[in-house]
Amino acid sequence: MRKLPLGLIFVFMLGLLLAFVIGARALTPPTALEAFDTPSDAGGSITLTWPRAADAPVGTTYLIWVALSPEGPFHPAAEISAVGNIMANEPALFGHDDANENFHFAHINGYTPAGAEASTELDNETTYYLRLDVKTGTQIQAGTGVAQARSTENLFNRPKLNNFILGTLFSIVILGYIAVARRRELSIRRIAGLEALDEALGRATEMGKPVLFAHGLTSMDSPSTIASINILGRVARRTAAFDTMLKVANNDPIVMSVSQEVVKEAYLEAGRPDAFNPDNVFMVATDQFSYAAAVEGIMVRERPAANIMMGYFYAESLLLAETGASTGAIQIAGTDSYTQLPFFVTTCDYTLMGEELYAASAYLSREPRLLGSLKGQDVGKAIFIGALVLGTLLATFDLPQLTYVFTAY
Amino acid sequence: MLFLKRTLPLGIAFALGLVGIAIYYIPHSAAQAMERDLAIWLRIIAAWAYFLGLGSLLQLHWARIRQHQAGWGYSLVVYLSFGLMFFFVLYNNGMGPFAAQASAGGYQWIFSYVYVACAATMFSLLAFFIASAAFRTFRARSPEAAILLVSAVIVMLGQVPIGAYIGDYIPQAKEWLMRVPNMAAKRGILLGVSLGAIATSLRIIFGIERSYLGGGEE
Repeated sequence: MRKLPLGLIFVFMLGLLLAFVIGARALTPPTALEAFDTPSDAGGSITLTWPRAADAPVGTTYLIWVALSPEGPFHPAAEISAVGNIMANEPALFGHDDANENFHFAHINGYTPAGAEASTELDNETTYYLRLDVKTGTQIQAGTGVAQARSTENLFNRPKLNNFILGTLFSIVILGYIAVARRRELSIRRIAGLEALDEALGRATEMGKPVLFAHGLTSMDSPSTIASINILGRVARRTAAFDTMLKVANNDPIVMSVSQEVVKEAYLEAGRPDAFNPDNVFMVATDQFSYAAAVEGIMVRERPAANIMMGYFYAESLLLAETGASTGAIQIAGTDSYTQLPFFVTTCDYTLMGEELYAASAYLSREPRLLGSLKGQDVGKAIFIGALVLGTLLATFDLPQLTYVFTAY
Repeated sequence: MLFLKRTLPLGIAFALGLVGIAIYYIPHSAAQAMERDLAIWLRIIAAWAYFLGLGSLLQLHWARIRQHQAGWGYSLVVYLSFGLMFFFVLYNNGMGPFAAQASAGGYQWIFSYVYVACAATMFSLLAFFIASAAFRTFRARSPEAAILLVSAVIVMLGQVPIGAYIGDYIPQAKEWLMRVPNMAAKRGILLGVSLGAIATSLRIIFGIERSYLGGGEE
């Protein structure tokens, strides 16, 4: 009898040992599957969760299969790494529970039927059955547990609940102060930039020179542009009363159309419809630097006595304000763009910072209800400051719950 | 007349304001479809408004040319540039106005070699304007201006290699200035802006703020 080569025996034994080790380490597919409609979406998605295996070998993945009946046929839907998709990483959906560290999740939006090249999207109101296999290297262990769920369209985005509550709370505070302002006079803090507006317009009147109003670069869908239009209405009423020429430079056609109407109505209300010239509310350019060049040209050629720049500005802010400063005009700027605020502060006589831009129209009107909303804004800010102080203290003592309330998802 | 000028616009602002807020919280496909439709309507209105803008632009410059106002030659350049670009857009590198815009040709050439160069020139002017604005501002006339001056010098030195060459503490001080006081101020402004935007929106939705309609409050 021939003796087997010693080397061959050694390789065979080593193979057996490796197979034993891999076999021993391969994960058993979890049976505690939970499937449910993915919340806060427009449907077409099911979420599957399962316990995390702490001892998953490197390279292990979970294969998720979808079927229309519990018996199958099951179609491949997703492959998830055993080190990824931890529930704790998606607090918007699963919250901040510590136990979330121990669970995987997967959002299933579709599956690929056998032989098909494109995937099929999940239908709403159809029950789907999901199975989970484990793949270690080339070895696949089929799962035995099957979870079922159906996707539906949701009516409320739950991760935005904190946003909804805070928004509603601040709205109630602001509307409450508007109601209070109807009954009694409220005092509000002085805003120097707005106090100076009459001075600037008076100076232009005395010098017989025009007032230039420049909008920022955003369109009518931006709150800062709406705020600047509101200020324009107040300014136009004063220039109409003072019989001073008002020139409004626009970079957006919709803003231009609205500005024309606002100025026209203001002149009508001031009893000076004849003084309104639609050509004084004009379009200069839609492009940022073309707009800056055109407005700078107007500043240099026509030398307005007052330049009012209100809205959301970008890099053109310094170009406009520095040119205006070189012409000796009194300059009042207002923006909520914090990156451009330093440029306005350094080059303009008065600057409305951040929320002062939104307060300007109410402040100038002195109308009680509008002033009430300003008071509401200030109370809202006080609430924020209180929450910031409390949140900082709690976070210092490792209690981050309050920060979750203010987290945007 | 009052209905068309006041009541109807206020009613539209109220209804669409509430719808806009509701859509933000509703993930249902019907709400999302409505959001898409509103965005499309906005784009359609914006596209038509461009004709108004063009009309205003040409009218403004025509008046300057006709009245020989100061700098009327530049208005002539506006007309020539507009005519030239319009011609090349219609010509479309020989393919005509109904084909998709060509990736080469007169329009692209003017855009790349004239327009972009002019815009870059305007942008580069900022460097000089920053220098002149800084020169005027960074004079220690008051304690606040002195703080601004010192902070600005630290940040500027911390941004360039010479700062680290002088000492490691300069880039570290710059980092601290940017991450702590600067960030705190930025966030404070943002919080105020958000509240201001909410208050302005509420004033418009509930018809309390009416200056955007041009008239008074009542």
